Amino acid sequence: MSHADDHKGTRRDFLYYATGGAAAVTTGVAVWPLVNQMNPSADVRAQSSIRVDVADIVVGSQITVKWLGKPVFIRRRTEEEIAQARADNDAALVDHLARNDNLDATLSADDQNRAMDDTGEWLVMMGVCTHLGCVPLGDGSGDFGGWYCPCHGSHYDTSGRIRKGPAPRNLPVPVAEFVDETTIKLG
Amino acid sequence: MIKKLTATALLAPVLAFGLTAGAAQASGSEGHIEDIAFSFEGPFGTYDKEQLRRGLKVYTEVCSACHGLRYVPLRTLSDAGGPEYTEDEVRAYAAENFSVYDEELEDDRPARPSDHFPHITSAGAPDLSLMAKARAGFHGPAGTGLNQLFRGIGGAEYIANFLTGFTGEESEVAGNILNENHVFPGGWTKMTPQLEDGTVEFDDGHANDAHHLAEDVAAFLMWTAEPKMMARQQTGFVAVLLLVVLTSLLYLTNKKLWAPHKGKKTEL
Amino acid sequence: MSGIPHDHYEPSSGFGKWMHKRLPVIGLAYDTLMVPTPKNLNWWWIWGIVLAFCLALQIVTGIILAMHYTPHVDMAFASVEHIMRDVNGGPMLRYVHANGASMFFVAVYVHIFRGLFYGSYKAPREVTWIIGMLIYLMMMGTGFMGYVLPWGQMSFWGATVITGLFGAIPLIGEPIQTLLLGGPAVDNATLNRFFSLHYLLPFVIAALVALHIWAFHHTGNNNPTGVEVRRGSKEEAEKDTLPFWPYFVIKDLVGLGMVLIAFFAIVGFMPNFLGHPDNYIEANPLATPAHIVPEWYFLPFYAILRAFTADVWAVQFASFITGGIVDAKFFGVLAMFGAIAVMALAPWTDTSSVRSGAYRPAFKWWFRLLLIDFVVLMWVGARDTNFPHDWISLIGATYWFAYFLVVLPLLGLFEKPQTPPASIEEDFKAHYPGAAE
Repeated sequence: MSHADDHKGTRRDFLYYATGGAAAVTTGVAVWPLVNQMNPSADVRAQSSIRVDVADIVVGSQITVKWLGKPVFIRRRTEEEIAQARADNDAALVDHLARNDNLDATLSADDQNRAMDDTGEWLVMMGVCTHLGCVPLGDGSGDFGGWYCPCHGSHYDTSGRIRKGPAPRNLPVPVAEFVDETTIKLG
Repeated sequence: MIKKLTATALLAPVLAFGLTAGAAQASGSEGHIEDIAFSFEGPFGTYDKEQLRRGLKVYTEVCSACHGLRYVPLRTLSDAGGPEYTEDEVRAYAAENFSVYDEELEDDRPARPSDHFPHITSAGAPDLSLMAKARAGFHGPAGTGLNQLFRGIGGAEYIANFLTGFTGEESEVAGNILNENHVFPGGWTKMTPQLEDGTVEFDDGHANDAHHLAEDVAAFLMWTAEPKMMARQQTGFVAVLLLVVLTSLLYLTNKKLWAPHKGKKTEL
Repeated sequence: MSGIPHDHYEPSSGFGKWMHKRLPVIGLAYDTLMVPTPKNLNWWWIWGIVLAFCLALQIVTGIILAMHYTPHVDMAFASVEHIMRDVNGGPMLRYVHANGASMFFVAVYVHIFRGLFYGSYKAPREVTWIIGMLIYLMMMGTGFMGYVLPWGQMSFWGATVITGLFGAIPLIGEPIQTLLLGGPAVDNATLNRFFSLHYLLPFVIAALVALHIWAFHHTGNNNPTGVEVRRGSKEEAEKDTLPFWPYFVIKDLVGLGMVLIAFFAIVGFMPNFLGHPDNYIEANPLATPAHIVPEWYFLPFYAILRAFTADVWAVQFASFITGGIVDAKFFGVLAMFGAIAVMALAPWTDTSSVRSGAYRPAFKWWFRLLLIDFVVLMWVGARDTNFPHDWISLIGATYWFAYFLVVLPLLGLFEKPQTPPASIEEDFKAHYPGAAE
């Protein structure tokens, strides 16, 4: 085989490779939108963050709001509830982790790691029992003065920590922050 | 020979197609529509952010008394390519101007960005969300629709011309007061003239004679009808570009492949 | 599989042999891909691949749109707007699907007229032709039902008018119409069943396409000369043919690429040009739009439907003969379906001894007239029915029938055709004097 033939061979191959490459790129670019359309659409994404007006919540009461299709408890706790919650930091807890999405996942389940602010007045939690997903009853129910899940009898304390019953984990705290004095932003 | 054939093979259907296709939009009696050079026209046109903001103001202060925009989510006011307000501005705008019925609260509450513009039916006026795509400004010639190839379909032009097309004549038909409008099909509409010079004031002192107001709100309604226009044009451009590259390479490959069988020498 | 003699798949690997004994699917793919194809095919032969691509494109984008669409009269229109505003890449997907239907019909019309010119319908390819006509009918049904789904004004009133055609059938018409609609008028039941059938029919089309391809792979492709590939031996056949892969695959892809460049220019820059503005107004059973116009690809047959009014003598004659059972409305419906039926009859009404129109001097003129007739009918189908449009559509419709029922049979008897080349090889060498053996 002569040198010239060799040269011709590579050039021919180059054209074929270039065509194959361009076909692959074009196909790839065409396929991505066909897959990406299954990701959450803009109206769903718009629901991933909501604002809750908490101006009307008086001390010792709570509201339940729907966020991402699930209930969220927002409770403005009394001094007694806060004191009780903090005193129980050293009690026999079932779950020793804070379960707070705003903080490091390894933090302990101290009430200070679960409440929204330093005073501990505001407690925001997902209202979904960690056992089988029922919505627990609030306003001081259960043996520990916090929440009580009627489905299978799980008792949560005033910090939303599981204390008794089949549920394995504390009620999780979602990403939440105060955007002004009376508005909490979830997500 | 092959080239000639290729040309005819591809051109013939395109021609036949172009000649007849736009015919679907052919319809007769509308008045003359003035062509307006909107910023969003042409293959690389973009919406003018400031114009959309002015148009939104006209809609909010004038049109929204009777017309809804039920398909338009308020949050899209902060989307890229639109009026591009910040999220906080949209939140304030929504709460200030509209309230919606909340099924969970079983009560009205101020609108949020995740809500849509309201669905207003009280005055029996049509929804404006898609009005700019639901009207054609240009037709013909002779029912071929070819004009639209060069000037666009002209929905925004129709709206702007309509808003300034009132002659001031009134007539009463079956208890309804109708207003003469030389753009409206049939010439008489229930809508009353809305825009006059200075109907809406702009903070930056932008010209606010009736024609400018009409153009601004027409541009805004084009955006509500086709908010993803710029993204669509970009996708189309990339697709055409990639296909031109791929087709050229395929053409060369094809030539190369066939050359030995056609007894041709090829440089590639 | 019989057909033109060629090499068959010989499994070489151990797995290949094992598989070939049990399910010769690789052999089937090989035979399909390597089918000997006349080497003188010109660029009119690319449209088959374009059509296959269109079908795949419509099925893929359609399945995706169905993930976001809601077939309910209260939500259909809003769900389309949801696709246009919220779904990632939704506007592009919808515009590709909507304009994809137009590309599909452009391709199918060119493909049909190519067959009509080169005599691809003539023996022994009648079955391929008939299956093709069935595919075309299915496409029309699918396209029509798809257009109803966005639930705009033109969707609703188009559905009302077209299903009204069935009501024109004497005696059984109205029960059939009620059965189709699921009620006295177009409503939610209609929308739901149209959605279901619009999803189903493309897969029926895909099955028919497989038969269509099987049929012409068995008979061999027609080609511009209309001369059959020589089949005496493999060597002889190879002088007339080249394998489909890579020669025709690459060539067809060049054509497909060009078509897609035009397609994406339309989708990207003027996606609503082929649509109707009224379809951006939600369906309202209480208000009819000023003009009800079908999609462009139905216009020629819509024109034929409207051409036969009660003052046409043929209609009066039919009415007299049948004692009034065939009235003008029913006559129009018969004419519309008949216009497609006469196309399907072409294999038997064409009496010419020469297959390809390239060697039929008189035929060429009549064929050109048919093309013009088609475009004129398309144009007049979108116009009102006042003078002169009524006359234009009547003349156009008459020629359409005359071409298939009168011109084709008589031309074969009176025309003196030229002599086609003796073989495909000879034709190919005439085009490419340098072509080696």
